[in-house]
Amino acid sequence: MTDNNSDMRRAYWQANVKLMLVLLVIWFVISYVCGILLVDALNSIRIGGYKLGFWFAQQGSMYGFVAIIFFYSHRMAALDRKFGVND
Amino acid sequence: MDLQTLTYIVVGITFALYIGIAFWARAGSTSEFYVAGGGIHPVANGMATAADWMSAASFISMAGLIAFFGYGGSVFLMGWTGGYVLLAMLLAPYLRKYGKFTVPEFIGDRYYSRAARIVAVICLIVASVTYVIGQMKGIGVAFSRFLQVGYETGLLVGMGIVFVYAVMGGMKGITYTQIAQYCVLILAYTIPAIFISIHLTGNPIPQLGLGSTLSGTDTFLLDRLDQVVTELGFAEYTTSKRLSTLNTFVYTLSLMIGTAGLPHVIIRFFTVTKVSDARKSAGWALVFITILYTTAPAVAAMARLNLHQTIEPAPGEYLSYEARPQWFKNWEVTGLLQFEDKNGDGKILYTANAETNEMVKVDRDIMVLANPEIARLPNWVIALVAAGGLAAALSTAAGLLLAISSAISHDLLKGVFMPDIDEKQELMASRVAMAGAIALAGYLGFNPPDFAAGTVALAFGLAASSIFPVLMMGIFTKSINKEGAISGMVAGITVTLLYVFQHTGIMFVASTSYLGDMSPNWFFGIEPNAFGAVGALVNFVVAFAVSKVTAPPPDHIQHMVEDIRIPAGAGDATGH
Repeated sequence: MTDNNSDMRRAYWQANVKLMLVLLVIWFVISYVCGILLVDALNSIRIGGYKLGFWFAQQGSMYGFVAIIFFYSHRMAALDRKFGVND
Repeated sequence: MDLQTLTYIVVGITFALYIGIAFWARAGSTSEFYVAGGGIHPVANGMATAADWMSAASFISMAGLIAFFGYGGSVFLMGWTGGYVLLAMLLAPYLRKYGKFTVPEFIGDRYYSRAARIVAVICLIVASVTYVIGQMKGIGVAFSRFLQVGYETGLLVGMGIVFVYAVMGGMKGITYTQIAQYCVLILAYTIPAIFISIHLTGNPIPQLGLGSTLSGTDTFLLDRLDQVVTELGFAEYTTSKRLSTLNTFVYTLSLMIGTAGLPHVIIRFFTVTKVSDARKSAGWALVFITILYTTAPAVAAMARLNLHQTIEPAPGEYLSYEARPQWFKNWEVTGLLQFEDKNGDGKILYTANAETNEMVKVDRDIMVLANPEIARLPNWVIALVAAGGLAAALSTAAGLLLAISSAISHDLLKGVFMPDIDEKQELMASRVAMAGAIALAGYLGFNPPDFAAGTVALAFGLAASSIFPVLMMGIFTKSINKEGAISGMVAGITVTLLYVFQHTGIMFVASTSYLGDMSPNWFFGIEPNAFGAVGALVNFVVAFAVSKVTAPPPDHIQHMVEDIRIPAGAGDATGH
């Protein structure tokens, strides 16, 4: 393994971890913050028949989880190609 | 045609389908038996994962729990789905890159230790067996209720079906069978939900119906429900909390990391072709799961409203017991719905006050099963719901049994005790191990231990405290060594088991419970089912501390960790 190669690998891994941490923050906010910690405050806001906190807990967080995984998968495929490490 | 005949026909057709698929997809090699030959499309694998992971508890019990807990039931929704985010980003792609057959095999290699592999096998078997007992119980109950046979006969039929397709097809047969099972269970879940949503709100999509106004009025469904339940003295549906915020937080976290640590779910990601497919596949699995999981809150709220409005059609006007609907009578026969005329007026009074409440038993599990009857749907829909419940229990049982049998044949036999056996002998051994696992699961189904009811939550706690942390540290750090990994796993699972035991008795024998099942004795008010997250934390802390004071992992292990972080070369890893 050349030094160049290992620099490249390190950069790829750092980009991966950075993306992952950003998405984990979003994961935490839509479920733990909006669905649990701030649920009472958000319930004073309404969308249609839903109280917002209740909506996050029983609908919104799950749609968010799906979006996070597909976004991650899409961005990682782009990173794999950029660094030439795709399989 | 009467309901009983229809149920036999619909359930019979689905079983013929599962066995037919198993025959068509039977495994010829260990690679096909353990990982379906590694060539499953990510969408197909997502669908199979969804069926694998959604158990009888998700199908039958979850909506009922939400119906009675209201907002408090959200822990199950967020906890059981949020784990897929962790799985997709923290575990699945890297374990797929490593490209082995089982979870303990990865742990044994990464921590360069046969002892670590054996400890992982024990943790896996404890978590999986705990989980499979609940499924066998579900199979026995579902078969006996719908086929009108005894619990024992029902369980035997279920064991026979699992035996045929799991032993013959291994992972390959199970994967294709689970795809069929997913289709059956999702149709069975959504069709009644759609009809009920149209009936109540005019909106055919239950997820939107839940936030809509009731047909012919401008009152929102959830507002009406809040009003109905509070008038009877129950907590408001959309805000009612279960226990403390801290407990809710920790419970959700436990279910999330438990999901990400369940071995039978993790091995599903070994069956796709590429690392990028493992990421996509986790996304697809969650899409298919979310279809059911976002429908469940609608089913819950609508069933609760239907129940209250049946009993009290207008304020203060209670239904006369004589005029009760047919579904009410049907479920009274099972004992899951019970009425006791306390004030002797012949009318049904349902309130939150235990003194005057005359609905002395409303079992949560009837919510999903009785729904089609409450909505007066045709008999074939009711028969389909029966088939769906069975599909959910059978698919999860098969996945768990495969995880248990591969741990025995591949990790214990081939990996430790008899490394010289050839592939044909190993395949034979895996089939024998599978048969043995089914027999054990059946035995435990016939003689369920006291704790059968709480087993699902406990299995998640055990997976969360032992398997998830050791896998994650194996990928994200190079510094955790074998001493750290082993002591972490042992500490995590021990702390979790002891915490559960101290409240429910050692090995669940109630008389040995030394602190009693009392909330004042809970650690910061955390209930035993939610303790997996604390066990996981103990696992991480012990693993880091022990690794700090012992020798670092050898160079080749550090290279291995670097290697699994890069997708390139995953094709080579499967050529074993």
